[in-house]
Amino acid sequence: MSSAALVHESGAPLLRRQILAVMRLELAKGLSIGRSLWLLALAFAPLVIIGGHALKDRGCDVENEKLILAGIVQLFHVRFAIFFGCLGLSVRLLRGEVAEKTLHYAFLAPLRRERLIVGKFLAGALLASVIFGAGVLACFALMFGHSAGGLEFLLHGSGLAHLGSYLLVSTLACIGYSAAFLALSLLFRNPVVPGMIVLLWELLNSFLPVWMKHFSVTFHLKPLFPVTLPLDGVFSGLFTVVAEPTPAWLAVTGLLAFAGLVVVFACWRIRDMEISYSSD
Amino acid sequence: MSEDRLIVFENVSKFYGEVLGVNKVQLALPPGVTSLVGPNGSGKTTLMNLMTGLVRPSRGRISVLGIDPADSERLFRKVGYCTQFDTFPSGATGRSLLRGWLRLHGFAARDVGPLAEEALERVGMTEAAGRKIAGYSKGMRQRVRLALALSHRPELLVLDEPLNGLDPMARAESLALFEGLGKQGLHVVISSHILHEVDKISDHVVLLSYGYVVAEGQIHGVRKEVTEHPMQILVRCDRPHLLASRLFVAEHVVEVKLHPDGGGLLVRTRDASAFHRLLNSVVLEDRIELEAVAPADDDVNAVYQYLIGSESESL
Repeated sequence: MSSAALVHESGAPLLRRQILAVMRLELAKGLSIGRSLWLLALAFAPLVIIGGHALKDRGCDVENEKLILAGIVQLFHVRFAIFFGCLGLSVRLLRGEVAEKTLHYAFLAPLRRERLIVGKFLAGALLASVIFGAGVLACFALMFGHSAGGLEFLLHGSGLAHLGSYLLVSTLACIGYSAAFLALSLLFRNPVVPGMIVLLWELLNSFLPVWMKHFSVTFHLKPLFPVTLPLDGVFSGLFTVVAEPTPAWLAVTGLLAFAGLVVVFACWRIRDMEISYSSD
Repeated sequence: MSEDRLIVFENVSKFYGEVLGVNKVQLALPPGVTSLVGPNGSGKTTLMNLMTGLVRPSRGRISVLGIDPADSERLFRKVGYCTQFDTFPSGATGRSLLRGWLRLHGFAARDVGPLAEEALERVGMTEAAGRKIAGYSKGMRQRVRLALALSHRPELLVLDEPLNGLDPMARAESLALFEGLGKQGLHVVISSHILHEVDKISDHVVLLSYGYVVAEGQIHGVRKEVTEHPMQILVRCDRPHLLASRLFVAEHVVEVKLHPDGGGLLVRTRDASAFHRLLNSVVLEDRIELEAVAPADDDVNAVYQYLIGSESESL
């Protein structure tokens, strides 16, 4: 019995093959019905509201529908569904494996731990992007597909540009939150508590000083939304601090750079991780 | 022997917080079958986890076939580790787990299938490989873990309690497999509580107690070092009474017991070499017919009892 007969790739082909192997395993696990049902429910839940609106308010004008959809995507999808979806997915990627006592399988393969992290991050971000992107797409199609005015906006107006912006925002949100929560799950045994602190931070972002606003995913996503949401009550301006909006190109590159830095940090953290399930 | 053929521990200590894992371990394990022996909590699994990089030493240096265990990419090309963790990814079948694992190794798609089937065949799991692991017996799960460790044809196999849960037939087959691998020049490091079985196939033993290595080497050599306990030798012959009276006069013989069946005697001596010389001369002079002469207490269990005392009763 010798390894001499086996051919081991090296360099870029091995890197690609191993990252794809990690992604394949994670996607197979993530796409199992039992595990992805709650994500699908989160992503497609607004369809119930939009469906009710489509049935009841047939005469509603398109401008109003744009605002309703902007509210659903900005307040429900990005701030709630994608946030909690990515939190659950990323926690399961690492802490879930520690809880199930299966992480050692990856640690016992000739696989650099950095590649494991990159593969897990890509699988998590891809899965979240596809599920929540499909959710946004379905909401968009139902909102503007049920009326003549909506179809006109979709086919001959700026509808497709709006759709592209919403899909870009949901993808960037999935990338940003997946990276952040993957890193948190390496720092904390129970990343849900720091996750709640991040949620609070994101919610309070409007009231933070300008320099602090930049450490937020939603702040960078705001200029990418095609429709600005008017806020009422105390949120209309009493305590809010207005900051110069980030240019779209900077928002996109900034978010990708943030995700990249966080993944690099996670790669560095996992190098010293030990397998001692009993202490976890 | 050069370091790239050895498993080297240089003054290695591992603490889990304030709890001692192993302390000041100094070892150089050559190729062949090495058994790590000790009661629960003696540090066997910690030593194995250290040599495979699952945990990092608090102090000291480890080299496995010339590789730092922290370099997992190089290490696990040569090492297969069958852990004690009896957990598997949910929903996996024996075959899907093996294939996924081999893909993680970076093997080409054309190699993954044949390697997985080869490993499954080695452990006798080909037929059950398509079933979900959740429905396997403990012995089947053990064999799947063994298949994982063997699948990439490693040079070093680290097996943590590999006989746990196996039925006698599978146990005998596994032991024959380990022995065969050792004879082919592979490193096989085994921890086990089934001492008398491991003893038979071990070229080398490491005895552990409370995180310390209390003895190591070839089992017979270790036994000779235990000088405060006279060696016991069983002699089967046709006239045990006569032989007993002749042997008892020698100064190094401290006790002679006649076997209840009247066909032999158990001799305790402080000097095994002198005893064998004396036995030869007595047999020739008195024309005694010998059936067998065998050491009665140089197995791992006896040595462990001498070294550690009553703890070994739990082994």
